[in-house]
Amino acid sequence: MISLTSPVKTQAHRWPAGLKLGLLCAATVVLFARQDAAFHAAALAGTIGLYLMGGRRFARAGLAAVWRLWPFVVVVGFWHLLTGTPLAGLVIVLRLSTAVALANLVTMTTSLSQMIAVVMALAAPLRPLGLNTRALALGIALVVRFTPALADKGTQLSQAWSARSPRRPSWRIVMPFTVLALDDAENVAEALRARGGLNP
Amino acid sequence: MERNLTLVALFAALIAALGLIPQLTLAFGVPVTAQSLGVMLCGAVLGARRGALAVLLFVLLVALGLPLLAGGRGGLGVFASPTAGFVVGFPFAAFITGLIVENWRQGPLALVAGTASVIGGIVVLYAFGISGLAWALDKSLPQAALLVTAFIPGDLIKAVLAGLITAALARARPDSVLSRA
Repeated sequence: MISLTSPVKTQAHRWPAGLKLGLLCAATVVLFARQDAAFHAAALAGTIGLYLMGGRRFARAGLAAVWRLWPFVVVVGFWHLLTGTPLAGLVIVLRLSTAVALANLVTMTTSLSQMIAVVMALAAPLRPLGLNTRALALGIALVVRFTPALADKGTQLSQAWSARSPRRPSWRIVMPFTVLALDDAENVAEALRARGGLNP
Repeated sequence: MERNLTLVALFAALIAALGLIPQLTLAFGVPVTAQSLGVMLCGAVLGARRGALAVLLFVLLVALGLPLLAGGRGGLGVFASPTAGFVVGFPFAAFITGLIVENWRQGPLALVAGTASVIGGIVVLYAFGISGLAWALDKSLPQAALLVTAFIPGDLIKAVLAGLITAALARARPDSVLSRA
């Protein structure tokens, strides 16, 4: 399973994940506290500058995620033009783009294993409250392992459907698909128990 | 214990896989992503606690940077976008769906699970989704609600399907439908 971390290495890939997440939280709070258009224009320009520091390929891949916001930009733009408050609309659109771009920047420069390490560090204090961090770690690994496996089985189900029917696969394959997931879960549980189970 | 964990993990993977397989068509030829159907099924099949945990695990992995949402979206940017409320609301939707199926013991399972999916997967989920939209776009709640009304008919169909699929699963694997175990 390929995560959204950018294969183009940047300076920020070497920063500690906790620091990047902390900065992201602080930046998002500031973004939502400020209301003036000039500040938000500068913030977006600065964020695009950060992307460009990673090179053209990095910037193009990263800003594609921000481009997905265009339907909201159109809706907000129309709304504020109709109600005669274009400046307020501009602030909303700029703030939204910057917030998404910054968050995406952290995702692009932090590997999955670093992110999991942060989750484990944050979860550790909850252990006395009954959180089984071993189960959490194993759960994450199982999802990463079984998502492509299940997606394969789902594709096979829809191909089997297509071989028999001129119509496109319908919702009817979701039921056998769910049965496959249930059976896999039972088999994996048995395999885990056979290997000593969850408790060390 | 192991079984609870693997069911939670496999259903989290199921939600992800439902977003990855080629799009399915509903009764009227409308293409949909089956991901929110997966959230309803988590609650209706696994029950409130395990269902919510499965969806929570899925949401956690999206946040960690895996492209598991329909269309290959993922990462922290999802939680800053206008649709963040829906993703945050997913675990609550599964929890309420499961809670209703666990406690409403009379009546055919298809009807119970379908109704539970409408309440959990639509009423609860949209409450979160619309709040998120209103917050990110700086609009009032009714204005934000207008933006998403177009998606409600599709989700109603998915809730009906969730009910039918849950009932079919209870026949195929009675021991695995934990909401009724």
